Amino acid sequence: MNTVLLEARNIGKRFGGVQAHGAGKTTLFNVFTGLYPRDSGEVWFGGAPLGLESPHAVAAAGIARTFQNIRLFGNMTALENVMVGRHVRTRAGVFGAILRSRAERAEEAAIRRRGDELLHYVGIADRANDLARHLSYGDQRRLEIARALATDPKLLALDEPAAGMNATETAALRSLIEGLRKDGLTVLLIEHDVKLVMGLCDRVAVLDYGEKIAEDVPEAVRANPKVIEAYLGTGTA
Amino acid sequence: MKTPRERIGLALIALALIALPFVLAAAGTAWVRITNFAVLFVLLSLGLNIVVGFAGLLDLGYVAFYAVGAYVYALLASPHFGLHLPFWVILPIGAAVACIAGVILGAPTLRLRGDYLAIVTLGFGEIVRIFMNNLSAPVNLTNGPKGINRIDSFQIGPVNFSSTDTLAGLAFSGPIKYYYFLLLVLLAVIVINRRLQDSRIGRAWVAIREDEVAAKASGINTRNIKLLAFAMGASFGGIAGGMFAAMQTFVSPESFVLNESIMVLAMVVLGGMGNIWGVIAGAMLLSFVPELLRYTVEPAQMALFGKLLVDPEVLRMLVFGLALVLTMRFRPAGLWPETRHRREMSENRR
Repeated sequence: MNTVLLEARNIGKRFGGVQAHGAGKTTLFNVFTGLYPRDSGEVWFGGAPLGLESPHAVAAAGIARTFQNIRLFGNMTALENVMVGRHVRTRAGVFGAILRSRAERAEEAAIRRRGDELLHYVGIADRANDLARHLSYGDQRRLEIARALATDPKLLALDEPAAGMNATETAALRSLIEGLRKDGLTVLLIEHDVKLVMGLCDRVAVLDYGEKIAEDVPEAVRANPKVIEAYLGTGTA
Repeated sequence: MKTPRERIGLALIALALIALPFVLAAAGTAWVRITNFAVLFVLLSLGLNIVVGFAGLLDLGYVAFYAVGAYVYALLASPHFGLHLPFWVILPIGAAVACIAGVILGAPTLRLRGDYLAIVTLGFGEIVRIFMNNLSAPVNLTNGPKGINRIDSFQIGPVNFSSTDTLAGLAFSGPIKYYYFLLLVLLAVIVINRRLQDSRIGRAWVAIREDEVAAKASGINTRNIKLLAFAMGASFGGIAGGMFAAMQTFVSPESFVLNESIMVLAMVVLGGMGNIWGVIAGAMLLSFVPELLRYTVEPAQMALFGKLLVDPEVLRMLVFGLALVLTMRFRPAGLWPETRHRREMSENRR
């Protein structure tokens, strides 16, 4: 993977990356969320470099993500999935749990409350006690977003959230992301659905074979000849 | 809160458990001993359930922690080193040493899963046993294959667990006293397990079992949480080992062979991985059925044929194998699976 510079300014912006297939979007994602090692370079977040971080430290720093191929905890209920997301913001350890200390019970209640809230927020509160694997595809995507939100992120990175969705589901997803922005969250969207990206994002970057070929406001990116070439070919055929 | 009906039920169960040893003693003290060993295996199964059932880490060397606990007790309460510490000092030490052993096993295996983890843990179990077998020279630490004998029994004030005391006309034999002690330990272990299961840590364990990558990305420090599972499971094994040493008053490496690890794992799997009650049922079943066979097969054959045709020991393995195959065929999640699993299976059937 080559040098990629992406910069998201201001809370409440949506930053989208559209790419041709195999351009390295998901790899980029895995690198900056700590799942893949980095050969060189740095990820800066909130005005400071993240360092060579492990995934849980990235989550603790305030970056939450979803996966292109949904990765839920299938045999846990929807509510439990979201409760797992609270892990990084809570403290109770083994002894707290065994002794059921007052602090532990208060924390558990808060975790459950927050879990319920987030399920309401993404609109699947009625499925709270169903196993994650039994939810519909669209609901699973929502649940994954709820779980990511449970880590109190400053930046929410969505890896192809619209993949495999029909038009209705995509529209619902779109309004969900709109809502996230209204609530002051920065969203990084990686997606090939150009319409979704162009309609949602404040700034768009385009990757081609691991290199950034454009970054600008959506209208300018759309008109960029390099982008057109990457998407449609050179037209000399 | 519990309904009055549930309360009455619980009270009846408690009464039955309190009365049980005297009923069993009427049939022979051997049955009390058998029950005690069954409870010991329940403790082991509940410990292994944390590692295998909750965190999904396949551990084939669990008996190593049982061995560590037993040897800690043996060394600190026998003429071998001339040490005679009281049991309530040794059991926590045994749990702590086993816990450290758990971390030692866990740390290098963190990146392994499934079959690979199973092989390494199996090797670890064997290494511990071989150590016990050979640490008799140059310094005689474990007394080698001869084992350590004349281990102290439990002693609470004037009450010694190796002799019989009579109280209110009832004869409290050694095994009966151990039975009550085991029952208390079991109760504590069940409470601890249940509380852990419904806690932040318990959810993290299950999350790792379900999808390790997603668990990491959700902010779980999988390294620490996995080590915690190994450490917790190992501590339970250590406590059970200490009690084993005291009940037997003798330990040797022979008691801690691979077969024992497999047996405990079979109890967890047969009962229902991840479900505390299922695991208890599995351990009870696999502990008692062989004993029942031992006591019925021989007399039955003698009565029918006048001679012994099939050795009970052979039959035992046959029944075991059959039971496991049938379980895997008809109830793949165990006899009494985790509620989540059970719900899922009934939905599939519809």
